[in-house]
Amino acid sequence: MKYICNVCGYIYDPAIGDPDSGIIAGTSFADLPANWVCPLCGVGKEDFTAIP
Amino acid sequence: MSDFQAVKISERVYWVGAIDWALRDFHGYSTSRGSTYNAYLIMGDEPILVDTVKAQFFPEMLARIKSIIEPEKIQYIISNHAEMDHSGALPEISKIIHPKKIFASKVGVQALSDHFHFMHEITPVAHGEKLNLGNTNLSFIETKMLHWPESMFTYFADEGILFSQDAFGMHFATHELFSEQNDQAILREEAAKYYANILLPYSSLVLNLFKSLPSLNLKIKMVAPVHGPIWHREEDIEWIFGLWQKWAKQEIYPKAVVVYDTMWQSTAKMAVAIADGIASGNFDIAVKVLPLTGGAVKRSDIAFELLEAGVFIIGSPTLNQGIFPTVADLLCYLKGLKRKNLLGQVFGSYGWGSEATKILQEELQKLAIIPVAEPIIVRYVPTAEDLAKCFAAGKHIAKTLLQKIEI
Repeated sequence: MKYICNVCGYIYDPAIGDPDSGIIAGTSFADLPANWVCPLCGVGKEDFTAIP
Repeated sequence: MSDFQAVKISERVYWVGAIDWALRDFHGYSTSRGSTYNAYLIMGDEPILVDTVKAQFFPEMLARIKSIIEPEKIQYIISNHAEMDHSGALPEISKIIHPKKIFASKVGVQALSDHFHFMHEITPVAHGEKLNLGNTNLSFIETKMLHWPESMFTYFADEGILFSQDAFGMHFATHELFSEQNDQAILREEAAKYYANILLPYSSLVLNLFKSLPSLNLKIKMVAPVHGPIWHREEDIEWIFGLWQKWAKQEIYPKAVVVYDTMWQSTAKMAVAIADGIASGNFDIAVKVLPLTGGAVKRSDIAFELLEAGVFIIGSPTLNQGIFPTVADLLCYLKGLKRKNLLGQVFGSYGWGSEATKILQEELQKLAIIPVAEPIIVRYVPTAEDLAKCFAAGKHIAKTLLQKIEI
């Protein structure tokens, strides 16, 4: 499932991951490390909402 | 009559901003040519003010507005960007205008409220929303994180004017409001400096913006940012759009940036020898040597130099088991700007412990800069042999950079 950053609109797509932060494609949002932050605006996982 | 006059920029739009000739430090960004805060007045059945100015320039904006219209006749205000150099005069001007509505993006409503703890209800507008205010047709384009979450563009459809807030702007104080009236070399330098210091970390969004622009079917005849000159000739709009797309790609260029601080000139000598090595032979590589000593070169100028560079060479002596504070300051700043794809090289002198270069090597990793080679280290004062090694390292850096560019 994709998640959107409530602050800046960045979309986390598990199919892409976040290679710049060392997150490989296929990593689910739940499996992101607790200290992972939005690569655009820097807020934490708690500021993301699931996109149904 | 006040000295401050509005300037007509199109059939129905006037510039009513302010020129900050004295600005030299914009929260740490060295603004050697001052800046402007551009506010715009759209005249029509229901006049609209687009953005305002820094709070201290409120009287200047007000005087320019009054040269055209009684401020009370303005019906609406649009805030494209909540940062205080554009919203600072919003509370004061609202008290005079009593606007029917103030418009901002959804996120902007909250951002303005958080700034001014408000004052006046703000009406949210959505991405793609069209609004007809009297004989004025507007639409709004959300540009989240370009460069704040609430940032948006307002498009004035009747005249094809894109009010682009900070996008395509620069810190450059000038009376000449149109880009073509200014020295193009200065425009290029200041536009690049602005991009490097403000927009660079959001480059992926800049590329997305250019991908999505065609689908919006805008007939852009003029781009009116909130800092610096306005773009209104087709070739100039293409020029600045082209530069932004080029910078957003974060490619590497045949240019080396050597930055250092020094205690007793040892690290300085190493810097010069490395730079000489890069500049020697047949390498077609530009070299900039930028000393931090005594604030000689500002951090924002180094960010500017790195925008069109390929390798970042950073040197620090070891001071009390650490790096120089000036070097730490620079690295802290660059970490936020996230310039991608650069090569790097660390160097420095030391007395009894060589911690600085070890720290710098770790810092390069945090900056996602790929080291060309192991740090170059000299104990106390470099010998002729040490300097020859620095020179050779410079040549090696040049070759490695050219190889990377060719790939």
